Amino acid sequence: MKFLLTVTAFVLATLQLPAAAAALPEAIDPLDSARWTDMHKMVLGGAPVVFDDRVIVKAPATAENPMQVPVTVDATALPGVQEVLVFADFNPILQILRFFPESAPAFLGFRVKLQQSSPVRAAAKTADGVWHVGGTLVNTVGGGCTAPSANAGSKEWQQRLNEVAGRQWSEGPQQGRVRMRIVHPMDTGLVAGTPAFFLEEINFTDAAGKRLMRVQTYEPVSENPVFTLTRGNSTGPLDASGRDNNGNAFNVRIAP
Amino acid sequence: MKRLFCYLTLLVAGGLNAAEFDYGLKARQIASDVHVFVGRTEDFTPANGGNIVNTGFIVAPGGTIVIDSGSSRRYGEQMRQAIAGISPKSVALVINTHHHPDHFLGNQAFADTPIAALAATRQGIGADGNVFAENLYGLTGDWMKGTEVFAPTQTLAAGTLEVAGRRLRLIALNGHTEADLVIYDETSGVLFAGDLVFNERAPTTPHANVEHWLAALDQLEAITRETGFKMLVPGHGEVARDAAPIRQTRAWLEWLQRTLRESAAAGLDMNEVLARPLPPEFAKLPVAASEYRRSVGHLFPAAEQEALK
Repeated sequence: MKFLLTVTAFVLATLQLPAAAAALPEAIDPLDSARWTDMHKMVLGGAPVVFDDRVIVKAPATAENPMQVPVTVDATALPGVQEVLVFADFNPILQILRFFPESAPAFLGFRVKLQQSSPVRAAAKTADGVWHVGGTLVNTVGGGCTAPSANAGSKEWQQRLNEVAGRQWSEGPQQGRVRMRIVHPMDTGLVAGTPAFFLEEINFTDAAGKRLMRVQTYEPVSENPVFTLTRGNSTGPLDASGRDNNGNAFNVRIAP
Repeated sequence: MKRLFCYLTLLVAGGLNAAEFDYGLKARQIASDVHVFVGRTEDFTPANGGNIVNTGFIVAPGGTIVIDSGSSRRYGEQMRQAIAGISPKSVALVINTHHHPDHFLGNQAFADTPIAALAATRQGIGADGNVFAENLYGLTGDWMKGTEVFAPTQTLAAGTLEVAGRRLRLIALNGHTEADLVIYDETSGVLFAGDLVFNERAPTTPHANVEHWLAALDQLEAITRETGFKMLVPGHGEVARDAAPIRQTRAWLEWLQRTLRESAAAGLDMNEVLARPLPPEFAKLPVAASEYRRSVGHLFPAAEQEALK
């Protein structure tokens, strides 16, 4: 009861702020994370933020495998998205990936390693410099970032490093969809004796050389990453290219 | 306030229950000299303490033969006590059907007797046992107190096993895990299927090879057609007098495999696969939603890889 009173008092106080105090009121985190204030400062540099339902983050409420937590970010309902940053409040490495939907819709699916239960958030920046933040809570048993990759014990990935398999769907309900898998250990550097070794950049370009999307990936993206995106209005083959932090590059064509 | 009070009462009642750490194991006789302990068709919880598994024993002329030892040291100890209440004979052999924790973590209670399993099961317990045990500490709490991995000491192979004056047919299969031992007691016609068969409970798949599992089910169903067959003991769920649980397990696995393959071929993202509704016949099974979610995590990446080739 006392708690309820405190909350009420707090809400009243917030409502009574002078209108001139800030153009954007201090956003109250719908996920109520103790780390939100830090996230705002550390990840978004204190820039203006709004919590926005148009930025959808899909992930299972309970993730059975902390090494492969599926996350789908859909900010297509928000017009004019320039950049999307995905992060997890309680991960030892906060930033998961960043993508720039240049001429593709602001939609990206992938999988991440989570060290413990955490909000997983996407912040979509619009031209006015405001970050529109959406997110969801994921419960997990944890250990995703400090456990060795599943194939750490085998040498298979060394022979198949940066091997890419991709496909486009040109008809049916998933028309315009592109999916791609890259063989890479995505080592976080948090496992003793295993240095950080991860993909840093992936570019999707159409046949005319026009870039559809640029993706900057960080250590928490899962081993052998799988990406799901939508190609938008372009047709024909797609080129996917990228490199890891050791300079190993790939460049493949995905037929329509 | 009333609700809060109810909640507190529940908490206290739950606490008292757990404090006794009594699984309430009662042996049920299903054939002459053959008894089983049937667990709940639930997930591991602090309330059930891991009593979600079926174990059993055969009272042979020269001693009892124990099939699986349960999910914790306490389970094994209470199981052994319950067995002693049925037969004064000493335990001649403990068999672990496969390397999942609810089937072998009671081994400590039988440390003075031979404990046997297939070679790959022994290896699996050695490699993964501690991780499994740690996980169960997290899921069931103090029921696990004092539990440590006690690996089998002997290796079994497919074929006829004469033990304590009883003739057992050992069938070495795989699919649920890398090594799944099925025990057919020819004297009673009781088939201990281990976790290759689930009855009215959604199957678990953390180490599954669905193709191999389906092939194993065909072999099991053939045994139920033998004239001497009387009773099927699944790893989880009620015992049965026919092959219905085998067919149900097969139906679930075939649907699961088809769903994952179709989803991958259609270009679905893992979250979209997770969001697919379960058909009513499967949705009604206990723990169907959580097992489906787990299975997507375990098995979708392979289906996806196949579709992206």
